[in-house]
Amino acid sequence: MAETTGAKAAPKQGFLKSLEIDTRLLGMIGAFIAVCLVFNLMTDGRFLTARNIFNLTIQTVSVAIMATGMVFVIVTRHIDLSVGSLLATCSAVMAMMQTRWLPDMLGLEIGHPLLPWVAILAGLLTGAAIGAFNGWLVGYLTIPAFIVTLGGLLVWRNVAWYMTSGQTIGPLDPTYVAFGGINGTLGPAASWIVGLGAVAAALIALFAARRAKAGHGQPVKPLWAEAVLAGLVAAAILGFVAVLNAYQIPSARLERIFEARGAVMPEGYTAGYGIPYSVLLLIFIAIVMTVVATRTRLGRYIFATGGNPDAAELSGINTRLLTVKIFAIMGALCALAGMVASARLANHSNDIGTLDELRVIAAAVIGGTALSGGIGTIHGAILGALIMQSLQSGMAMVGVDAPFQNIVVGAVLVLAVLIDILYRKRTGAR
Amino acid sequence: MSVDRTGTPLVEMKDICISFGGVHAVDHVSVDLWPGEVVGLLGHNGAGKSTLIKILSGAYRADQGEIRVNGEAAHIHNPRDARRYNIETIYQTLALADNLNASANLFLGRELVTATGLVDDARMEAETAKIMARLNPNFRKFRDPVSALSGGQRQSVAIARAVYFNARILIMDEPTAALGPHETQMVSELIEELKRQGIGIFLISHDIHDVMKLCDRASVMKNGQLVGTVDVAKVTDDDLLGMIILGKHPGQHAAA
Ligand SMILES: Nc1ncnc2c1ncn2[C@@H]1O[C@H](COP(=O)(O)OP(=O)(O)OP(=O)(O)O)[C@@H](O)[C@H]1O
Ligand SMILES: [Mg+2]
Repeated sequence: MAETTGAKAAPKQGFLKSLEIDTRLLGMIGAFIAVCLVFNLMTDGRFLTARNIFNLTIQTVSVAIMATGMVFVIVTRHIDLSVGSLLATCSAVMAMMQTRWLPDMLGLEIGHPLLPWVAILAGLLTGAAIGAFNGWLVGYLTIPAFIVTLGGLLVWRNVAWYMTSGQTIGPLDPTYVAFGGINGTLGPAASWIVGLGAVAAALIALFAARRAKAGHGQPVKPLWAEAVLAGLVAAAILGFVAVLNAYQIPSARLERIFEARGAVMPEGYTAGYGIPYSVLLLIFIAIVMTVVATRTRLGRYIFATGGNPDAAELSGINTRLLTVKIFAIMGALCALAGMVASARLANHSNDIGTLDELRVIAAAVIGGTALSGGIGTIHGAILGALIMQSLQSGMAMVGVDAPFQNIVVGAVLVLAVLIDILYRKRTGAR
Repeated sequence: MSVDRTGTPLVEMKDICISFGGVHAVDHVSVDLWPGEVVGLLGHNGAGKSTLIKILSGAYRADQGEIRVNGEAAHIHNPRDARRYNIETIYQTLALADNLNASANLFLGRELVTATGLVDDARMEAETAKIMARLNPNFRKFRDPVSALSGGQRQSVAIARAVYFNARILIMDEPTAALGPHETQMVSELIEELKRQGIGIFLISHDIHDVMKLCDRASVMKNGQLVGTVDVAKVTDDDLLGMIILGKHPGQHAAA
């Protein structure tokens, strides 16, 4: 009696229902757009300029990269308070590698093309190893993650300090610095190619998902809904590329680029920045992490363990080793975030990543990751990071005093979780 | 009725002991199971039935005792080991991940993957639909997380998981506790069918009527100890009740 929804005869549905977009995601996008519009009004249109959107994007990358890893950590009912300090340690390792250790010990002179890559590899290994160690303490020695990473917060911040003797390390290798944002962008032409490629990939993915469902006789969305969704995705991707391309490189800087090539800049020459490498990196990480979360066994086990750790264990999942893997992933992502953060500043400073643990956790939670475990999405966490950064930058532009900025961000975090709880109650989800 | 007990038993649990901080949850218990046989496990609440079978399913490790499968010593240290011996379990608590849907739970730990190594949700959902059609034909909620299912629907998912993977040894800990009469009937028929295929089943139940109908033998536990194992055909309901409540063994059917 209760279950009359046949597999074939799909009942009449609302517009949004047919699109099958998560209403929670829609709410977040709505909130983000609202934040942008309000700040745009308050700044007389300065908030939604190509320049500010570009800056907002590159400022978000470091926290967003870590937030994707934090989703896995929180989904399995753990927490990682050490990410900011871990970022600092990895950044210190990478900075010391390229400026001191490799030149001094291996004799690779400054400017050697291998330098940045070896440094990045060392940073990644450091992050993954420290993360795995944290995971081992949590998974095998069953020390609560809160305690392990609270200790790590102190330990790794000061390991970084010790390694660098508290000094700012720089200047960093130019190739390395290209990962920071403004100093490494694709340029308009390549950006369009990447954008079109992304649109093509998205269309293929939508089509493949539809075919797989239909192939097993499962209900599919109406074709028009599929088309609307595809149109929205394509418009979003190309619009984003257009904005990044619209931000013009200052002519003084262009002149220097031409000079470096031994050429003279033609009169009236202009060029846009295009997609920063750091944003490409974030997109790549987001795709990989989403695939891991939704399409791999590892992801399935992460969510199962978060939903019911005992059931996961009884299903033969090695939940201890899983914990090690999750924290190792988190550590590796801290290294990548550290690379982006120090590259953006073109040096490693002693306070890099301070308070990032709070931003990262807030981004994941605002993005819909439930602290009770088992629920969370990668795109949600990235959107959460973007919302946080927009609030922060917007308030700075409007001229809100620093203490009020933090008060607002803190209040928004609590409010976001409250709304989430109310939303889940209403929709009956956990 | 006629279980052939001449060869080697499918499972022998010998002299099993386990205690939790001084409580002897299972105290020198021995049970066995032949192919095509259903052995009922009976006893009051807290008698140790679930604990005993959790040792066989790898959830707990016995402090003492030996497990043999097909006559050979079996080393079962975790649920993965148990699955390697084709031991499948329906837990009393169902052991479902509430945030995942029916097919993700059914295949948890044994996902079907595509050629590229990614989980094949569409195929798993199709397989789930097939097995559920046999167990609970009214089941439709394939997409919802199992937290949105009724108690009986959840139990159907747990049963489907245990029978899908060609178990040789099936452990059912109160499998029909939450099921309606029709669904219970379907599980009874399923048990009969599995029995004919030569699968051995441990069935924990508080329903003496069910035990009398479905089981070949019954082992009764009280306070962690085995009261005795009897041939169901040779005892009455009252004999079994006496064993459960009084721990009184009807002497002439002594087995252990
Ligand atoms: N993990 C545990 N830690 C501590 N004590 C336990 C644990 N598991 C079971 N026990 C104890 O062992 C005894 C046997 O419990 P068990 O769950 O095996 O009973 P049961 O026969 O399955 O009962 P029921 O019919 O209520 O399911 C009980 O006294 C219980 O309190
Ligand atoms: Mg029990």
